[in-house]
Amino acid sequence: MPDLLLEIGCEEIPARMIDGARAELAKRVTDLLKRERLISSENENQVVTYSTPRRLAVLIHGVEARQSDVQEQILGPATRVAYKDGKPTAAAEAFARKAGVDVSQLQKTSTPKGEYLAAHVVRKGRAAAGVLAENLPQELNALYWAKNMYWRAAKPERFVRPVRCIVALLENEVLALEYAGVRAGNRSRGHRILADAEVTISSPASYCAQLEASKVIVDPADRERRIRKALDSATRTVPGARWREDPELLATVANLTEFPSAILGSFDRGFLTLPEEVLVTVMRDHQKYFAVEDASGKLAPHFLAVLNTDGDHDGLIRHGNERVLRARFNDAQFFWQTDQKIPLEQRVSMLEKVTFQKDLGSYLSKMERTAAVGASLCERLQKTNKKVDQAVVGAAVRLAKTDLTTELVKEFTELQGIIGGLYAKAQGLPQSVADAIYDQYRPESTEDEIPRSVEGSLVSVADKIDSIAGMFALGLQPSGSKDPFALRRQANGIVRILAEHKLPLRIGEIVDFALQQYRAAGGLRAKLRALDQAPTNLSDFFRERLDFYMREVRGFAYDVVNAVLAAGADDVVDAVARAEAVTSVRATDDFLAISTAFKRTKNILRQARESGKQWPSEFSTDALVEPAEQALGAKVSESRELVDSLRRSSRDQEALAHIASLRPIVDAFFDKVMVMVDDEKLRANRLALLGTMQRSFSTIADFSEIVVER
Amino acid sequence: MNSPTFQEIILKLQTFWAAHNCVLQQPYDVEVGAGTMSPETFLRVLGSKPYRVAYLQPSRRPADGRYGENPNRLYKHTQLQVILKPPPENIQELYLESLVAIGIDLRRHDIKFEEDNWESPTLGAWGIGWQVMLDGLEITQFTYFQQCGGIDLDPISAELTYGLERLAAFLQDVDSIYDIVWARSADGCPVTYGDVRLQEEQQLSVYNFEAADVEKAWQHLQLYEAECKALIDHYGVEKKSKEQDPAAILRFPILGAFDLCLKCSHLFNILDARGAISVTERVGVIARIRALAVGVAKAYLDQQQLAARGLELQTELLNATLGVCDKFEIERE
Repeated sequence: MPDLLLEIGCEEIPARMIDGARAELAKRVTDLLKRERLISSENENQVVTYSTPRRLAVLIHGVEARQSDVQEQILGPATRVAYKDGKPTAAAEAFARKAGVDVSQLQKTSTPKGEYLAAHVVRKGRAAAGVLAENLPQELNALYWAKNMYWRAAKPERFVRPVRCIVALLENEVLALEYAGVRAGNRSRGHRILADAEVTISSPASYCAQLEASKVIVDPADRERRIRKALDSATRTVPGARWREDPELLATVANLTEFPSAILGSFDRGFLTLPEEVLVTVMRDHQKYFAVEDASGKLAPHFLAVLNTDGDHDGLIRHGNERVLRARFNDAQFFWQTDQKIPLEQRVSMLEKVTFQKDLGSYLSKMERTAAVGASLCERLQKTNKKVDQAVVGAAVRLAKTDLTTELVKEFTELQGIIGGLYAKAQGLPQSVADAIYDQYRPESTEDEIPRSVEGSLVSVADKIDSIAGMFALGLQPSGSKDPFALRRQANGIVRILAEHKLPLRIGEIVDFALQQYRAAGGLRAKLRALDQAPTNLSDFFRERLDFYMREVRGFAYDVVNAVLAAGADDVVDAVARAEAVTSVRATDDFLAISTAFKRTKNILRQARESGKQWPSEFSTDALVEPAEQALGAKVSESRELVDSLRRSSRDQEALAHIASLRPIVDAFFDKVMVMVDDEKLRANRLALLGTMQRSFSTIADFSEIVVER
Repeated sequence: MNSPTFQEIILKLQTFWAAHNCVLQQPYDVEVGAGTMSPETFLRVLGSKPYRVAYLQPSRRPADGRYGENPNRLYKHTQLQVILKPPPENIQELYLESLVAIGIDLRRHDIKFEEDNWESPTLGAWGIGWQVMLDGLEITQFTYFQQCGGIDLDPISAELTYGLERLAAFLQDVDSIYDIVWARSADGCPVTYGDVRLQEEQQLSVYNFEAADVEKAWQHLQLYEAECKALIDHYGVEKKSKEQDPAAILRFPILGAFDLCLKCSHLFNILDARGAISVTERVGVIARIRALAVGVAKAYLDQQQLAARGLELQTELLNATLGVCDKFEIERE
């Protein structure tokens, strides 16, 4: 069976898009082959994918040369019009002609719409080459690109970059296909500089080796291996040194090169006085260099650059890269020194000129709002047993955004906050203030650390809630996949900080502190068209974020999360504690049984409500007549106080154990007592008993949400 | 090593692109922040008429000034701008050849094309492309224009922007822009970039950051804006009232309106450097300048299409409108 090779050669594809596109191309081609009966589904391990910045390719071993023939049934006219007096009508004859069979061979078949004529025909399989040539262009055209372009006159197609060359071979037969004005052939292109422009591929199986001879390593995993090796051997020239592992950077440079090698360069030791954060950002993010550390783990005055060529034979490339890095570090040092001339405190007023958001105004007004929110949060926290230094929060909030006016942050925007923290420290501010400023954007992802101190946490929460509340008030909340201001990420951050620093602050009050600032903002009011709906929208939004945190980050079962959040989603720390308590008891028999009983209770109450029945909020002990209901009444009265007091002292698990212990009494009640009796008074009192029980024992979780597996 | 002087690099690049059929244009004589803003790019990329041009463009960015104290930053830097409309299929190869032309042996260096897309909200323009990295240094911005003045381009143009100071510092292996050898005097002594330009960097940094009269700059901006806007509006009126007289529409000075628009853009940059634009004003002022740029682009394109129709007409009706035909002839050459 022949092999299939498809290579699409184009101008340099952005590194970040290559891996996804390679996988998608392979999937599209494989799916096409399956759909067209040109490959069996067990064949998937025969699919090999390749990519470099200038090509995407897929090689599929063992493709059928022809499609198999298929029996097909074609439907014709309805039987009632196909025959008249037992003779075929013109309609039947026309159908037979079209299907290519004799009228006598037509069969009747029943369909949901009645009986129809059918012809059974054999559709001859076509040669793979023709099928592929016809269908592959559409697959290429359908590839997804995060950002694409057009380049040909009249804009017939969009692709990530101009397509310049296509190789399409079925064994050694060139497929007659064309895409983006490029006819497929058997000629690929070697390395831009190191090889002749063209290389004729003799067969799919020799693709990889032939390109390697033309200085292109088409397998990205192979390139990564080679890069690792090159980094290792370059680092070995410095005794005791190691390069800093960085999988993301490694993948990037593998996607920027066709024939990689690496060089070790050095920089002046004097630059090591600059903060490591700055040095690493310049090397990693701006220059795509790997950082090198000495045996003790400290940054060493070296870097590693990955080249797209076969080496640096006369040291010119190393020299050039060192020159660039020196200029960058000089800049950073220059900015650092210039920035010190205006201390952060003096920069506060400069924030008036820095836009936070076009409708929400400057960073100065953001800082003022955040300061008020921060103060409220401190006061709130001080009423609990949490210690917090309000002066630290105040000082940090005041200076938190001032680094946006510094040259260093203008140059390295990704270091905002961090630079502020470093400057605060350099300018003699207390370490606690500097740390809070440094940590203000944390956590930036689910993996990122949260602020180290409680003060830093409050700075971060106040800053984030101000942004979130402001956007919601403007009506710019996230919807679907659209979240341009990363509000979900910021809200996730707030939830994580509250949960992991165990801050007893309620979401509702945090939101309210922030909204108060917007309500009081005079000039802004007219633009805040969604301010009135903001509390409800924010409450729903945060509930979703808490739900996400509990399931995805903490790994609680979804029904436990549903049960816990149904009982309250305002206090993050409490919600997490309740989820832990429910998780620890949920497997016990008593708990599962009581969950079933609560489900039953919920259903009874719902049906009663829907049929217009009414009952008081409290039951009357005197009106309980049956022994089983008297027993339950007595137990509910006694237990609700106990559960409440256990809850108040955060003994959720004991409370749950106690609730579970009600099981025999609750079961006995449902066994012996009929709730929906005709006697209105009796019925109302029984409903009131169930209502009280449900209300009193659902403060930890709504047990009816627990899924009981049979 | 015998590295080329600053002006030799310019001459070699110009010679190279002239050999590839580019019109060698001169720098535009109104202040611009980038070569893209010269009418040779901003207006020429509009419409269907093929065009190739290369020109030097000193580009002024008031906020980037550093009083001549920073070895890598300039208030005014020099771009060599190449526009190829439509881009030839071998454009990347051509570009690499241009590097060879200024003495870069590609075999001894590391070249990468790294994703870098370009967008200018004030010009209503964006494109897809790369920054070209030479041994870790960004030496060229390579952009396939997709839209300009808010108008979808067809055909597209490729724009190559060489950062000449960086390129020269690299080739001459100097750490400060001011040490670049610009030329050599009769006795072979170097005339440096600092000799030629340092004073200008110092004085214009002082002007842009300290001395520029904010009040007057605002007034200038308003005056230029008003005149530009009036011209654009007037074009619309003329077009309606003189439908039967294409010659009158073709001589309408939309290029004058574009100069006024560029003035506005530069004044905005000065006000920005002076810290005179508040947060609330900023977005609005950018939108105002964008409206001018988009208005000019639309009118210009309209005028070009009229001219193209006029050309067709000319072949049909020999010598019908003599004055107009003369103008076409000049444009065709």
